[in-house]
Amino acid sequence: MTRPIQTLWLIPALPLLAAGITALAKRPQRKLAATLAIGSMSVSFLLSCWAFVGTLGKHSGPGVERHVYNFNWLQFGDAWLQLGWVLDPLTAVMLVMVTFVGLLIFIYSVGYMAHDENFTRFFCFMSLFAAAMLGVVIANSLLFLFICWELVGVSSYLLIGFWFQKPSAAAAAKKAFVVTRIGDIGFFLGILWLYTKTGTLLFYDNGNGCLEASTLSKAFPIASSGFVPLLGIALLIFMGAMGKSGQVPLHVWLPDAMEGPTPVSALIHAATMVAAGVFLVARVFALIKPDWNALAGPHTLVSLSPPDATLVITWVGAITALFAALIAVAQTDIKRILAYSTVSQLGYMMMGLGVGGVAVGMFHLITHAFFKALLFLGAGSVIHGCHEEQDIRQMGGLRKHMPVTFATYAIGMLALSGFPLLFSGFWSKDEILHAAWLWQPSKAPFILGIIGAFLTAFYMTRQVCYVFFGKSSADMAPASAPGQEPAPEVAPHESPRVMTLPLVILAVFAMLLGFIGTPAWPWFQNYLGAAHEEVEWSRVLILMLISALVVFAGLGAGGLVYGLLQSDTGEKNDVLESSFPIAFGVLRDKFYVDELYEATVVRANAAFCRFCHWMDSVVLETLVRIVSGFVVGLSWLNRFIDEYVVNLGFDAACQRLRDGGGFFSRLQDGQLQNYLRVLALGLTVLLLLLTWGWGK
Amino acid sequence: MADPWDLGLGHSLELGAWSLELSIAMTPLVCYLLLSALLFSIGLAGALTRRNAIIVLIGIELMLNAANLNFIAFWRYGEHPETLTGVMFAIFSIGVAAAEAAVGLALIIAVYRHYKTTNLDQVDSMKG
Repeated sequence: MTRPIQTLWLIPALPLLAAGITALAKRPQRKLAATLAIGSMSVSFLLSCWAFVGTLGKHSGPGVERHVYNFNWLQFGDAWLQLGWVLDPLTAVMLVMVTFVGLLIFIYSVGYMAHDENFTRFFCFMSLFAAAMLGVVIANSLLFLFICWELVGVSSYLLIGFWFQKPSAAAAAKKAFVVTRIGDIGFFLGILWLYTKTGTLLFYDNGNGCLEASTLSKAFPIASSGFVPLLGIALLIFMGAMGKSGQVPLHVWLPDAMEGPTPVSALIHAATMVAAGVFLVARVFALIKPDWNALAGPHTLVSLSPPDATLVITWVGAITALFAALIAVAQTDIKRILAYSTVSQLGYMMMGLGVGGVAVGMFHLITHAFFKALLFLGAGSVIHGCHEEQDIRQMGGLRKHMPVTFATYAIGMLALSGFPLLFSGFWSKDEILHAAWLWQPSKAPFILGIIGAFLTAFYMTRQVCYVFFGKSSADMAPASAPGQEPAPEVAPHESPRVMTLPLVILAVFAMLLGFIGTPAWPWFQNYLGAAHEEVEWSRVLILMLISALVVFAGLGAGGLVYGLLQSDTGEKNDVLESSFPIAFGVLRDKFYVDELYEATVVRANAAFCRFCHWMDSVVLETLVRIVSGFVVGLSWLNRFIDEYVVNLGFDAACQRLRDGGGFFSRLQDGQLQNYLRVLALGLTVLLLLLTWGWGK
Repeated sequence: MADPWDLGLGHSLELGAWSLELSIAMTPLVCYLLLSALLFSIGLAGALTRRNAIIVLIGIELMLNAANLNFIAFWRYGEHPETLTGVMFAIFSIGVAAAEAAVGLALIIAVYRHYKTTNLDQVDSMKG
């Protein structure tokens, strides 16, 4: 039964290989790139399904079955840093979701990007992204997860800035990268702190992993308030999740990321990457919400649980859910509405994790991935059919022109709104609201969630009314495009089958997927190992009724305002805008968060940059100049000594030598007879000395 | 060794009748030495003063012969005139002088070919 775990690494490796081959291929080969990307994703999908099937039906006892494969990676002194991958239900379900949605989006992209000249680059980046995301999912080490996490960030940067000729796309890519980095700093600090405390970054390692109770109880003894560092670590890791999943203070990058191609928005910024944050929280849930009773051991009973990070997560999630839903009401760009809706839904997921645990949050993640991918791909189809028009006010009446897109989009919209019983969004959102209702500390998240649900239904109805109902855009064409080239507005057309087919498949899943986690048959929750609770049917039914009523209210209000009022007045302006100009303006300008950051963070950063520049140009440069002047002076002195002292003395000595040589060379005059004369003289002297001098 | 300045008149030499006769007839050693010195001086003066290389060579030959004369004289007036050491020396010296003259003349011819002169004043390429 260990066979799926042995091939698990292939799932991210295949798309990575595809990306590498595409990148290294001699010249852009469109067919090769698309075939490789789709082929590798298909194989990964099949492997994921195999792994998924392997994890089925094995949860007899409490907890879940889990296979791990760890290996040594890097040595620090005596300690080995280990990486590895894990196969448990959480991984398996994410694998299937990511590969399946990714595969459909890849297929869709073949149609959507058909006319783009950088087709191969697109598939290369998409495959790289898929590889990184799958790496995040299978990681059994916080470090491995972090590496893939950053790879996800990089490929997201590359894809948002795919049309980097557009300054707005380049800026959006940069913004996404920088903002998520802020969260990642916290994440990284959390990793380091966790490593210093537990000495391991493996999640599961036969009792030695950092998520396992034996390690946790050792590293964070509850008796000596060990929960304080654990809370700190959990919050730091949650910071990373906040950055990636666009939670409120760090949500600003996600709407701007819609500058990328629409399949990118669907894959990265709706279905998978932003879900990485939620997945991360689910993965390290043992740190986020430790089971203190299990940690304290069997003999001690923890009467009062210490505070844990779920409080923060719930509040951040609830506020995000409402905040983004409010902004979405006033947006006019079809993709931006979906982007804010994504932020809002991510808030729901976080809230679900906070109030209800892994299963609740993950259930919404999975259903949301399907219907939000569907919506984004539908929006892409609309944009494609309307000749790159993104403003919903310029659209209208598309229902007749694009029937398949309309039908699937409507399904996605109803699923997102949480239309009762038939659509998956209802079940998963209801689960979250149910958990929020039961949450002890406060009822406020529940109320925020209800308002958010109302707004979700409202803004989605608004969007659908604008796009698919009302007057046909062909009628409005002359008014809508005054500055553009004459008569570009051929009637909007339905997208090719390669694009509509994924829409249909996703639509089917958007409807049916909810049934795996209904209160009556909570298969999904059991599968993820959630504790089985007795269902109190009266409460469940009441809550379902409330949420259904809220959804109907939202749909009705939206239909009333935009379906009837708007078409009656026939104005170009939004009805709400005419009625509440100030409030609508605030929402349209996204609560001025960007402006606030501009005025505070960006400006402070710029000021700091100027200060650094001043430090550099004035203080440091002066210092450097002083030092260099000193050195120059020293070398001048050196030169002087060399030239006028050393050289002069040396020259003089040389001259003496030369003079001496000249003098003595005069003795060697080459006159043979002179030599003889000297010899004779010497002989004479010698004789005289011998005779009279030394003889005696 | 006898006083070089003694003319040897008071010596009674026991060399038999021939020897005695000879000793009476013998020119005193000093004469030879004076002659040899004169010869040497002439040779030296020639070698030092003349410009022509051949004359210089001749001067050198004179000096050599002065030395030979001394060899013979000292041998003849030495303690063992019966041995032929002095003669041998002189003969060797003459032989060497002959070879030396041949070499010297050859050198002079080479110098002449090179410089077109035998005037030693003009052969000064070794001048420092």
